[in-house]
Amino acid sequence: MTYIKPKFRHPELPKNKIGFAKADYEGAISTLCGGCGHDSISGAIVQACYELSIEPHRLAKLSGIGCSSKTPTYFLSNSHGFNAVHGRMPSIATGASMANRNLIYLGVSGDGDSASIGMGQFVHAIRRNVNMVYIVMNNGCYGLTKGQNSATADIGSLSKGGAENHYPAIDLVGLALELGATFVGRSFSGDKTQLVPLIKAAMSHPGFALLDVVSPCVTFNNKPESTKSYDYVRAHLEATATIDFVPEKEEITVNYPEGKSAHVELHDGSVIHLHKLAPNWNPTDRFSAVNRLLEAKMKGEVLTGLLYIDPKSQDMHELENTVDQPLNTLREEELCPGSEALEKINASFR
Amino acid sequence: MEHIRAINDLVVRFANVNGTGSASANNMFAKAIFRMGIPVSPKNIFPSNIQGLPTWYEVRISEKGYLGRRDGVDLMVCVNPQSMARDVESVKPGGYFLYDNTKKLHPEFIREDIHYIGIPMTAMTMKHYSDPRQRQLFKNVIYVGALSALLDIEMDVLKGIVEGQFQRKQKLIAPNFKALELGENYVHEHFDFPLDIRLERRDNVGDQILIDGNTACALGAIYGGATVAAWYPITPSTSIVGAFEKYAHRLRIDPATGKGRYAIIQAEDELAAMGMVIGATWNGARAFTTTSGPGVSLMSEFLGLAYFAEIPVVLVNVQRGGPSTGMPTRTQQPDLISSAYASHGDTRHVLLFPSTPRECFDFTALAFDLADRLQTPVILMSDLDLGMNDHVSPPLKWEDGRQYDLGKVLSAEDLERIEQFGRYLDVDGDGIPYRTIPGTHPTKGSFFTRGTSKDEYARYTENGEAYVRNVDRLLKKWETAKKYVPAPELYQEESSNDYGMLFFGTTTYAALEAMELLREKGIALDAMRLRAFPFNETVRQFIDTHQRVFVVEQNRDAQLRSMLINELDLYPRQLIPILNYDGQPITADRIEQLIIENYPKEKKQDDVHKAEVPAS
Repeated sequence: MTYIKPKFRHPELPKNKIGFAKADYEGAISTLCGGCGHDSISGAIVQACYELSIEPHRLAKLSGIGCSSKTPTYFLSNSHGFNAVHGRMPSIATGASMANRNLIYLGVSGDGDSASIGMGQFVHAIRRNVNMVYIVMNNGCYGLTKGQNSATADIGSLSKGGAENHYPAIDLVGLALELGATFVGRSFSGDKTQLVPLIKAAMSHPGFALLDVVSPCVTFNNKPESTKSYDYVRAHLEATATIDFVPEKEEITVNYPEGKSAHVELHDGSVIHLHKLAPNWNPTDRFSAVNRLLEAKMKGEVLTGLLYIDPKSQDMHELENTVDQPLNTLREEELCPGSEALEKINASFR
Repeated sequence: MEHIRAINDLVVRFANVNGTGSASANNMFAKAIFRMGIPVSPKNIFPSNIQGLPTWYEVRISEKGYLGRRDGVDLMVCVNPQSMARDVESVKPGGYFLYDNTKKLHPEFIREDIHYIGIPMTAMTMKHYSDPRQRQLFKNVIYVGALSALLDIEMDVLKGIVEGQFQRKQKLIAPNFKALELGENYVHEHFDFPLDIRLERRDNVGDQILIDGNTACALGAIYGGATVAAWYPITPSTSIVGAFEKYAHRLRIDPATGKGRYAIIQAEDELAAMGMVIGATWNGARAFTTTSGPGVSLMSEFLGLAYFAEIPVVLVNVQRGGPSTGMPTRTQQPDLISSAYASHGDTRHVLLFPSTPRECFDFTALAFDLADRLQTPVILMSDLDLGMNDHVSPPLKWEDGRQYDLGKVLSAEDLERIEQFGRYLDVDGDGIPYRTIPGTHPTKGSFFTRGTSKDEYARYTENGEAYVRNVDRLLKKWETAKKYVPAPELYQEESSNDYGMLFFGTTTYAALEAMELLREKGIALDAMRLRAFPFNETVRQFIDTHQRVFVVEQNRDAQLRSMLINELDLYPRQLIPILNYDGQPITADRIEQLIIENYPKEKKQDDVHKAEVPAS
């Protein structure tokens, strides 16, 4: 089935700096269950792109397989999309990023896609610091195959069929911190105030930006005892700080009391403002982020917000020392050494 | 004792221990013969091991230019005690066994029907070199020096190779010269020389080069405009990316910035390597990966995606012995079916079959054009023999001004002109749709690439009719592909015999030699060499015009034969399998023997009946 939204736009809708209305960043009507956390995340992505005035065709959205991976259809219909195979989106994004360093790559994945079948690719994309935003819509279960436990499910969690999970949950945020990820954040699909600036900051980060977003599955895993349910997250939400993202060259109008705020300047001149900081935590100190995360875990809290950022992050292109011009624009003149060079090569084999 | 006399027609085999530096000395031997204008075909027979196990280097020297393997060793150079029993046994009656006689040869290795040449190589290195590593290395050079006297290899040619090799390490030239002379002098002082099997300078190689197929593939990728190489190490494909890196570093650095016009990514596995290629080509770059059989198995899911979503892919499969880990350092052609139909569902992929390094170069460069033109995976089917051994090959050629065929890619201006872009619309009736590259136009041309069924406008659909229209269009595209892939090579103007022979890839050398041998025995065959899959009309015509066709290939199950029967709807008995799958390159003798066995008696002339069937 294909749902088609009307293309009509009210002429007086507010426009962003490049003349696009928010509706220009939307996609087809969602076919997910009513109340699915994923739809709220799609909404936050639309909002972030609109506010950042991203030209839709300068962004490519990629996903794997699963409910989460269906969402790219539901936002940014003017962007190219790629719905890959299960767990393999990171490699597609890596190749795409190598081909054209000038686009924004937004990867969308789920806990099955990233924490199980695609764990290897997830880990190696972090290791290579591929310049992309990587959103995990994390609900602790397999939705599309009807409610099996995933690798991020709580111990004791029951699948739809009644099977109990005996194994500890993989914490993708902890794993990413350990692997040396250069931007790590966690959020909650129900907290748009936090999620939108986090996505905006992630998009401006030159390197791999992980956003692990708890996104309740209303059909299979919204029982109050589940740490991935609306009730539980709302009751146990704890944030590192509240966050504002100020894009490049915009005037900073808000001031926060000294000692309770931090400013992280990104490579393009954008600034992330964090205020009401958690004690003993510094966003550019990986050690403090790991500590804070473990502390929250022991207390049963769901720690959200920006956890760590490396302002000196170098993405894969910088590490590989590739030319500034996107590789996909190079043609014969730049790529083919010609017959004279080949004659010399021939001579070396005689 | 039998006596062999031969000029420029012999097989020399070296028995070494791997990891002892024998490769460079052995290469020097082969290259010297090549530089004397005599066709030469060296083959590495090596274990899956880094150090300490037996390894052989077999050199066929043939003035007539026969470059396949030949049975029977005329001269064995044995510096490996581990394999000595086998090595003594493999020498032809009347042949020669050159060995290190620092220790006396055990009586059980003495055969009455071969000649022994003992040279105290270890003792000589102990006397003349003090560094233990040098002692090991120069032992190899000493035997090359000895061979120069025994076989009449020109010493100046050998020295020229040493000088070329150590251009940047000048101080190594003198000790190498010394080792060559030590070997040469020992022969001068102790033996009659040259032997009755020996070499004479000829002018039979022309402007040809001596190069391995993997290096030629790498150069094809450089010239074909590849900018992204994603790969995972696996024998025997690994050296392609090594060579790509070497030449890219030399030829693809932007002089102004020192930055690379290429990216090489060593992936975490073959799945990721293929994913990266798909991501890069989807995004408009030319990208490739290299692997061998096990890697193709791992890439299969992605190959299905690329086929169905119509994304160009260039994959070089350097085949080795399977199944499973199989014989990872031995050659075969065992991945035809697994590559041609890789993935679940109805899939089929374009295959190219190079048979020389020149074709490795041409076909790799061509693969990028074909993949872009056809928007589908193109798999270059090399093998260990072609990829890792040096072959005499016509020089690599590139026509300046040649443009890359990027296929049906729409620009922003094109999109402005088009009313509604349909990614999977068959606009031209050839089954090939138009595509757009991300980032082309602010509001037009975006679409969703997916592995699920879709309509002509790339919209997800589970409608059966739309699905059928799509997969039928893919079949039409397959028909179109027949026009683009390299045509088979025919070895006669017109078919004139009842029986034909069909082969491809590295089987070619041995097959052509076998054809000559058979002709001498009164069996005349027409021949055709396949260069690509899908098979075009010429292939059908060749088979149709022959009563029977021998299909020569290097796998157990006669996979090419199955594909021919399946694709061309042939009567199975019409195709007679001629097979070799012991991991060694097929020999002309083997092909000759099997064809004689399968050739109808009533057609055989008297001399064939009487002729002794050569042992394989």
